[in-house]
Amino acid sequence: MLSKFDIDYGTPERPATATVALEINDVAVSVPAGTSVLRAAQQAGHPIPKLCATECLEPFGSCRLCVVEIAGRKGYPASCTTPVEPGMKVRTQSPELAKLRRGVMELYISDHPLECLTCAANGNCQLQDMAGTVGLREVRYDAAGANHVRDSRKDESNPYFSYDPSKCIVCSRCVRACADVQGTFALTIDGRGFASRIVAGQNESFLASECVSCGACVQACPTATLIEKSISDAGQPDRSIITTCAYCGVGCSLRAELKGNQLVRMLPNQDGHANHGHACVKGRFAWGYATHADRITKPMIRSSITEPWREVSWDEAIAYAAREMRRIQRDYGRDAVGVTTSSRCTNEETYLVQKLARAAFGNNNTDTCARVCHAPTGYGLKVTLGESAGTQDFDSVDQTEVIVVLGANPTDAHPVFGSQLKRRLRQGARLIVIDPRSIDLVDAPHVRAAYHLQLRPGTNVAVLNALAHVIVTEGLANERFVAERCEADAYAKWKTFIARPENSPEAMADITKVPAPLVREAARLYATGGNAAIYYGLGVTEHSQGSTAVMAIANLAMLTGNIGRPGVGVNPMRGQNNVQGSCDMGSFPESFPGYRHVSDAATRQLFEAEWGVTLQHEPGLRLGNMLDAALDGSFKGLYVQGEDIVQSDPNTTHVTAALAALECLVVQDLFLSETAKYAHVFLPGSTFLEKDGTFTNAERRISPVRKVMPSPSGMEDWQITLAFAAALGYPMNYSHPSEIMAEIARTTPTFQRVTYDQIDAQGSIQWPCNDANPTGTPVMHVGSFVRGKGYFAITEYVPTDEKTSSSFPLLLTTGRILSQYNVGAQTRRTENVAWHGEDLLEIHPHDAENRGIRDHDWVGIASRAGDTVMRARITERVAPGVVYTTFHFPESGANVVTTDNSDWATNCPEYKVTAVQVTRVSQPSSWQRNHTRFSDEQQRLLRKREHAQRAAAATEVPERQRS
Amino acid sequence: MKTEHLVKMVNQIELFFRSEPNRETAIAGIAGHLRRYWEPRMRREIVAHLAQGGSGLGELAREAVRRMSA
Repeated sequence: MLSKFDIDYGTPERPATATVALEINDVAVSVPAGTSVLRAAQQAGHPIPKLCATECLEPFGSCRLCVVEIAGRKGYPASCTTPVEPGMKVRTQSPELAKLRRGVMELYISDHPLECLTCAANGNCQLQDMAGTVGLREVRYDAAGANHVRDSRKDESNPYFSYDPSKCIVCSRCVRACADVQGTFALTIDGRGFASRIVAGQNESFLASECVSCGACVQACPTATLIEKSISDAGQPDRSIITTCAYCGVGCSLRAELKGNQLVRMLPNQDGHANHGHACVKGRFAWGYATHADRITKPMIRSSITEPWREVSWDEAIAYAAREMRRIQRDYGRDAVGVTTSSRCTNEETYLVQKLARAAFGNNNTDTCARVCHAPTGYGLKVTLGESAGTQDFDSVDQTEVIVVLGANPTDAHPVFGSQLKRRLRQGARLIVIDPRSIDLVDAPHVRAAYHLQLRPGTNVAVLNALAHVIVTEGLANERFVAERCEADAYAKWKTFIARPENSPEAMADITKVPAPLVREAARLYATGGNAAIYYGLGVTEHSQGSTAVMAIANLAMLTGNIGRPGVGVNPMRGQNNVQGSCDMGSFPESFPGYRHVSDAATRQLFEAEWGVTLQHEPGLRLGNMLDAALDGSFKGLYVQGEDIVQSDPNTTHVTAALAALECLVVQDLFLSETAKYAHVFLPGSTFLEKDGTFTNAERRISPVRKVMPSPSGMEDWQITLAFAAALGYPMNYSHPSEIMAEIARTTPTFQRVTYDQIDAQGSIQWPCNDANPTGTPVMHVGSFVRGKGYFAITEYVPTDEKTSSSFPLLLTTGRILSQYNVGAQTRRTENVAWHGEDLLEIHPHDAENRGIRDHDWVGIASRAGDTVMRARITERVAPGVVYTTFHFPESGANVVTTDNSDWATNCPEYKVTAVQVTRVSQPSSWQRNHTRFSDEQQRLLRKREHAQRAAAATEVPERQRS
Repeated sequence: MKTEHLVKMVNQIELFFRSEPNRETAIAGIAGHLRRYWEPRMRREIVAHLAQGGSGLGELAREAVRRMSA
């Protein structure tokens, strides 16, 4: 069910400029054209009973409970499927209507168990409410029907919700939600008449079916047929708070429902601007990690990673960390320490950490995990368009005719936007997929790509250049747009370059393995098919030419005039919730908040005045450089907030050697992460449920993160950084994150008008938000580019150094899966492991057969960097010669294999191309055996801390008893 | 830091800028990129490497590092 704290208006809102005037129960009403009578009546305060209607879904008109009388019309039309008309006179209640509705309800109840008092939906059941609303007092049918009895067909297979067919009223809301909202089409109605029931897949259990557990069906269900197990266990919530999801870059607005401080349900916010009332299996359900037993809630210190942890007070831990960092700076120099943050942190937290580096440490050694994902986006879009951000809002796709998905897998990695995208495709938009794998969008229910350019990993730039070559040489460029909006000299140079024969699809086919005619047809469609938008992900950025590919994408958009209005644009799909925000906040070593270079004297003076310190004018070390410098001996101390660099960064052996060389590693996290196993100071962090702040999603949308429960450690992350800064001798004075945002707005032109009050008033704000755009900017580069004229960068294809050979004949590429998130620290500690409990290696049947590999065999994956072992999954989703895996589980060691090749401009690692050999094996790799030993030892050292805690508690009890 | 790693990085930067038709613009692009994105100790090390012969540096990269050190 929808939240009981929400009003369900029955049918979706119709945005329209024209309004329609009518009368409802003799009251004059004015609503947007296209609004249903049902919604108009609800808005006017005259709610009409309903069962099959909900504002989440298009009207269906099956239950006949919402019938009304309309003057001049025969019969009793369903108000959900009847749009308002000028002058219409509607009556929502009359003796005839009451009789009809009672009759309908009586029939529904005749086939429904009568155990309301013990039903999990009691307190939020629409069927129960409607029975009361229509005044049902009598049911003439006996209660001996088969469905009155709790039968054995209840499906408990899904870990998060149950399905009880005996309570189903066959309103089809769940079926429609699965089809229309989620776009999976996993549910259908099986049987006829009285035997009609909802079934998943081919009449399978929910877990075994293709259901993706987005929960839209559960939300749509008006009874307890589909209901969250958390509600069954805890009962109905008594309060709710709107906050923002802490998973992917879609940044869904969520309503956290609580009993006291116990979270009992997470629902998508119907008014959420990024998600419009939809969520996925992660955001809706995977929040149990917040209360997982693995949470560490007390600060700990140790002088060596071979020693047991010692629980200490906050003061002692912070003082120890500060003393060590200052000692290192005295011994090795000011620049021997640095910081890195995670995109799982809020804007305010990342702002504070980079401020700590610049103002308290006195250097620019600050980085963030965007370094290993979308740093090339920041670079490439800044060079070509003038701003390091995507150009559109998500709703822009509703006006797109040609959708290009390049190196992204939205249905897995950005599932809520993936559903919106699929909806647009079902409406008729054409799709071009450019990806080495057959992602779901290539061939999904009612969705099929017009073209799938299944390129060889590492050849994005070659394909993008070939597309541009076709557009230029076939005269399909939008020359008028280019002449008006772009630098003429740069365009002339680029045009000469791109028209060269070596950039043609035919010349590139040997390299890319994409047939030239396919490239030509895709280019023609992109250039001439109407509004065209490019959506790209880490399959673009995580290459040695990541920044070049981003520039090539911007070139394509400018070349065809597909930028600067709704329906078009360049859209980076950010991997984590706050990638955009952490970059905006000045986390990179060369730029202050708002992407202003540290060498810019005016900006530096602004921050020097604000922060009261002298700031360095030279760029600091990037994270990879910090690790190199650690091995070199010139970098000795690192403060890591929320990021697990050991698991997420490439060439794990290199990373762990670097961390082991540090004299002080301070890790602020929820769990003993892989990185924390190398730490000397552990500062227990807080989940997104336990603090205030903001996240900025892939659309530049700043959304509120609101504290819904107290942090078990007693400190929120921003407070920890404040305490650390104070101990370093640089006190920062904020009493609430809103004051941090006020400082950001004061110092950053694109955030000038952003305040917490404004965010609350609007629900969210897309930056730039300033005097020119006081409520924000959904679409950028309208009329002119941020940099003035658009810049065509020459994007020559340069093959990666990572080459296949007889020793390493396959190309490994890595990615994500729907149910798990990033390093899995959160989702591995939830029931999401029911769908994905280990990382698997996808391998084509031909490659598997050549190696004697069968499905689910253990296989060794060896690269020039290292080797690991995981199970094989044989599939044609990957092309011959290509293998694929995910990196959600530390023990699988996916990044032991990836190399330290990186993007030329930003050092973003080349995760997507690693030459490997795959063989059948019978035991874990040596790295895995060492990892197991090391992890076991670190867990033992952690348990020794726990033993000490229990011992202390045991001695405390007698003392209390004595007193 | 490993010199060979820095050499590889600067050569990668050269590979982007070498497609610029104007040689002077390409060299300025490489040098500008190093100034804007490389931490001083990295720049010092690549300059020191050039002073010792600069083995492995591409032609444009070598010239960019030389100008940066001047």
